[in-house]
Amino acid sequence: MAKQRVVVVGGGLAGLAATMKLAELGIAVDCMSLTPVKRSHSVCAQGGINSVNELTRQQGDTEWLHLDDTVYGGDFLQHQPPVKEMAYAAPGIIDLMDRLGVPFNRTPEGFRDQRRFGGTLFKRTSFAGATTGQQLLYALDEQARRWHNAGAVEMYEGWDFLSPVIDEEGRCRGVVAQNLVTMEIRSFPADAVILATGGCGLIYGRSTMSMACTGSAVSRAAQVGAKYANAEFIQVHPTAIPGADKLRLMSESARGEGGRVWVPRKPHDPRDPKQIPESERYYFLEERYPKYGNLVPRDIATREIFDVCVNDGLSVDADRQCVYLDLTHISREELDRKLGGILHIYEKFQGVDPREYPMKIFPAVHYSMGGLWADYERAADGGLTLGSPRNHQTHIPGLFAIGECDYQYHGANRLGANSLLSCIFTGLIVAPGIENMFKSLKESAGDEKFASLLRGQRAVKQLEHDNLLKREGGRENPYVIHQELGDVMTKAATVVRRNDQLTAAIEKVNELAERVENCSLSDTGNWTNQNVVFTKALRDMFPVAKAILKGALARDECRGAHYKPAFDMPGIDATDPAEKRRQAEAWCDSFDEKNRKWLKTTIASIDKSGEPTLSYEDVDTSLIPPRPRLYGLVGAEVIEQVWKERQAEKTPQSDGPNGAATKAAVGAGVG
Amino acid sequence: MIADATPASKKPSSFEVRVLRQDAPGEPGYWERHQITYEPNLNVISVLQKIAALSTTADGKSTTPVAWDCNCLEEVCGACTMLVNGRTRQACSALVDRLLEDNPAGIELQPMSKFPVLRDLVVDRTRMYRALERVKAWIPVDGYGDRGAGPKESQEGQEVRYPLSECMTCGCCVEACPQFAKVELFQRSDESDAEFAERKNRAYDQAFIGAAAISQAILFNEHPTGHMNADERLEALSAPGGLQVCGNAQNCVAVCPKNIPLTTSIARAGRQLTGYMFRKFFDR
Ligand SMILES: Cc1cc2nc3c(=O)[nH]c(=O)nc-3n(C[C@H](O)[C@H](O)[C@H](O)COP(=O)(O)OP(=O)(O)OC[C@H]3O[C@@H](n4cnc5c(N)ncnc54)[C@H](O)[C@@H]3O)c2cc1C
Ligand code: SF4
Ligand code: SF4
Ligand code: FES
Repeated sequence: MAKQRVVVVGGGLAGLAATMKLAELGIAVDCMSLTPVKRSHSVCAQGGINSVNELTRQQGDTEWLHLDDTVYGGDFLQHQPPVKEMAYAAPGIIDLMDRLGVPFNRTPEGFRDQRRFGGTLFKRTSFAGATTGQQLLYALDEQARRWHNAGAVEMYEGWDFLSPVIDEEGRCRGVVAQNLVTMEIRSFPADAVILATGGCGLIYGRSTMSMACTGSAVSRAAQVGAKYANAEFIQVHPTAIPGADKLRLMSESARGEGGRVWVPRKPHDPRDPKQIPESERYYFLEERYPKYGNLVPRDIATREIFDVCVNDGLSVDADRQCVYLDLTHISREELDRKLGGILHIYEKFQGVDPREYPMKIFPAVHYSMGGLWADYERAADGGLTLGSPRNHQTHIPGLFAIGECDYQYHGANRLGANSLLSCIFTGLIVAPGIENMFKSLKESAGDEKFASLLRGQRAVKQLEHDNLLKREGGRENPYVIHQELGDVMTKAATVVRRNDQLTAAIEKVNELAERVENCSLSDTGNWTNQNVVFTKALRDMFPVAKAILKGALARDECRGAHYKPAFDMPGIDATDPAEKRRQAEAWCDSFDEKNRKWLKTTIASIDKSGEPTLSYEDVDTSLIPPRPRLYGLVGAEVIEQVWKERQAEKTPQSDGPNGAATKAAVGAGVG
Repeated sequence: MIADATPASKKPSSFEVRVLRQDAPGEPGYWERHQITYEPNLNVISVLQKIAALSTTADGKSTTPVAWDCNCLEEVCGACTMLVNGRTRQACSALVDRLLEDNPAGIELQPMSKFPVLRDLVVDRTRMYRALERVKAWIPVDGYGDRGAGPKESQEGQEVRYPLSECMTCGCCVEACPQFAKVELFQRSDESDAEFAERKNRAYDQAFIGAAAISQAILFNEHPTGHMNADERLEALSAPGGLQVCGNAQNCVAVCPKNIPLTTSIARAGRQLTGYMFRKFFDR
C-alpha cells in the first residue's frame, strides 16, 4: 500500500492548524492554497481570540459560561456538543499559541492581557496589538514551514481547488486542482481531504472579506454531494468604510469612545458636514434609542443605519449609501491616545483625517455562519468524542470541512473573537480523527487501483477548462455579472429581509446564472490567466447564492442575523398588569411555537445544475435549553418572569454546573 | 487633507495609467496605456479592476486584463506589492487622489524588479519564504499537546517583538536594497517541477538573505524558547549571502510599510553574530 496522505485545501488558521497537527502525527500532508498561505484572509482579524482565563475564573467565569454565551449569542441554532468541546479546549489553545511565540499583549507582571468583547460580561479576549489574526496566522505558518523544511509537508501555494475526486462508492480519494501560473490541471491522490477555505463574502460583491473569499471551493464540493447548511445566516457588521474595491472594517470602539452617528436632515446635503448646524443634523440612533444612544447592540445599529439610508433616503451621499460617524467633538489628544490605530486605517484608505472630518461608514457583510454541513460524534459528557473520524466529516466520506467554511460553531450569529478560536480548534481536532480513519482504511489513494479514477476526473476538469477558453460568441462580461450579483444579494439578503424582495432576487440570480454561461473571456491564453480563474469562481458563486436566498425565503422568523420584520415578535404594550401578564404568556407561547418550527438547521442539497433543495434537521440543544433574547424589547421584564416560571416547572434545576441556563438574558454582540 | 475638499473643477474627468506588462517569464516587457474614468476615492487596486473589466487600451485596442496579486486590500497581507510611480509599495493603499496630486500626468505601474516576473505585475517571491527557512524562523516547540502557558514576557519584551512580527513578507525592503540582486532561473525542458524548485532553492541559498529575514531571525532569538536555538540562526546569518552582505545603506527601513525597525534588527544581529563567532572560536 502506498503511503496514505491528506490534502488540506486552504492555509488560513484552520488549514494550517490541521496541517501542523497532522504532521506531528506523522501523516503526510499536501497543503494547497490560492494565495501563499501567509497571505490568507485570517491576517485581517484585528480584535482577538476568546477563552476563559485565570482572571475571569476568579470572577465566576467557567467554560460552561463561554458555551452559554456562544449558544445564546447564536440564538441556539448550533449543535451544543461541538461548542462545548471548543469552550473547554479554548484555554489550552491560547496556551499553545503563546508557546508558539504569538506576541500577545502583556500585563506589567508579564501575564497575557485580556479585553472584553461583545456578548459576554467577562474579559475573555486575548489580543496581540491590533493584528491578532495576523499574529496567530504567522505562528501557524511558521510551524507549517518548519514541517515543510523537515520534509513532512508539501506546499502547493498558488493552486485553485477544482473538485474532490470521488470513487464509485462515493468516497473521496483526492482532489483536482489547477496551478494559477502555469494553468496545469493535476489530480492529487488523498485518503482524506480537508476543506479549510474560509468564507464566501465575495458573493456580495464587496464585503469586509479578502479577495480569495469566493466560496468557490465549498460550492464545488457541494455540487458533488457535500451539503451546505444554514446558508442564510450571514453576519453584517454595522460600521465599515465603503470603498470602491472593499468595505474595510471600522471597529466598534469608535462608538464606544463617544462617536456619534448622524445624517443631514436634508437628503444628500452638499455642505461641508462641519457647516451643518446641530438643528439640521439627525442623530437617529440617539433619537430613536434615547436610552442606549449610539451604543445600541450591533444588529440594531446595523438595521437602523440601513433603514435611514434605504427607506428614509437620507444617505449622506447621493450615489452611495453612508452615514456620518463623527468623532470631531473629541479632542485630538484623546482620540490619538484611545483610537490611534483604527483612525490611522481610515486616514490611510480614505485620505481624510477623521479627527477633522466625520467618517463615512455603512454596514458590510462580514462573516458566513453557514457553511458545509459537517458531522460530529457526541460523547457521554455532552462534548465530542475526540479522535472520532466522524468529527467534521461532510456527507462525502473522506471529505472534511473546518474553519469558517463549516457551519458548526456560531449558529445564527457569531460572537466577536470566537471565530479565530473555532478555526484553530477545528484544525487541531480534525487530525486525530483522520489518523484513526487511516488505520481502518485498507488501501491508499496512491495505489495503482485508483490511478485511472484520478486520471479520469482530471480529464473532465481539463475538458471543462478548454471549453471555457474556446467558448465563442458569448458577450457577457464576468466582472459586470459579479457586480450585478453583488448588488442583488446586498439588497435582498443582508440586514432586512422581505419575502417579496427575496423572491425577486431569486429570479434575478437565476437569470444571472444563465448569463454567466455566456461569458466570453478577454484572455484565452494558458499562462497566469486570472480571467478564467475568476470566471470559474464566479460560476460557482451561484449555487451558494441561491442557497442563501432560498434559505432566507423559506425561514419565516427572526433569528440572529436573519431578520424578517414581517415575522418579528414585538414586545408587549399593555399597561394593565393582568393584560400584561396575558400578553407575556402569549409571547412565550409564540416563542415556543417558533422554536418548534424553526429551531432547525437548514440543509441545502445542491444538484448537478447548481440548484439547491432545502431540508431541515433538528438541533442538539440538550445542554442548554433555548431561551429568548429580550434585549431592548418592551416588556422584557414580565416576559422573562413568565418564561422563567415555565422553565422552573419543566426542569428541576439540573442545567449545568452553574445553573447557567436560567441566567438573565443579556445583549449579545458580534465581532 | 480631505480629498473631497479639492474643488470639483480641478478633478480630471479621466486619467492615464501606464502599465509595464510582460506575458511570461523571460519575455520582454512592454508598456500599455489605459484611460480610466476618474472617480473620487479610488485606489490602485480598483484601477486594476477597472482595467480588467474594460480590457481595452487607451487606443481602443482590445487587450487581456493585466495580471496582479492581491488578497486583503487592507495593507496587511503584502500580496499586492508593486512599483507605483517608481516607488515600491502596496497597490491597495496607494490612493489615486494622492497619486494624481503628486503627478497629474497619470499613474505608472511596474512589477517589482528584484523578483522574477511571472506575468505583468505578478512576481515570484518564494525566495523570501525560503529565506525564512534558512534562518529557521519558528519556535521549535516539543509538540502541540497541552504543556501550559508559554514563557512569561515583559511588556518591554512584547513591545520589541510585536513590531518585528508584523512583517508581511511584502518585499519592499529587499526591492529597495542595493545589495539584494535579482535571481532568476528558467525551467529546463527536461526538468521536473521538483527538480526546478530544488535548483532555485540552491541558488537562493547562496544569494543575499535580505533585511526581512535578518529581522525575523532576531524576532525568534528574542523569544525565550526561540533563544534556545539562537546559534543555529546566527550560523545561517554568518554563511555566504548572510549578514555580511548588508552594506548598511538603510534603504530598507525607509520603505518598510510597517515601519519595522530593520536597521535596529540588523545592528542587533551584528552584535549577536560577533558574540557567536567569538564563542565558536573558543569552543573549537
Ligand atoms: C475584517 C475582519 C476582522 C475579523 N476579526 C476577527 C476577530 O477579531 N476575531 C475573530 O475571532 N474573528 C475575526 N474575524 C473572522 C475570522 O478572521 C475568520 O473567520 C477566519 O480568519 C477564517 O479563517 P479560515 O482559516 O477559516 O479561512 P481563511 O483565513 O479565509 O483562509 C482560507 C484559505 O483557503 C484558501 N482557498 C480559498 N478558496 C480556495 C480554492 N478554491 N482553492 C484553494 N485554496 C482556496 C485561501 O487561499 C486561504 O488560504 C474577522 C473577519 C474579518 C473579515
Ligand atoms: S520588513 Fe517591512 S518591507 Fe520588508 S518584507 Fe517585512 S513588511 Fe515588507
Ligand atoms: S541596510 Fe542592509 S539590508 Fe537594508 S538596504 Fe541597506 S544593505 Fe540592504
Ligand atoms: S492586498 Fe494585501 S497588502 Fe494589498
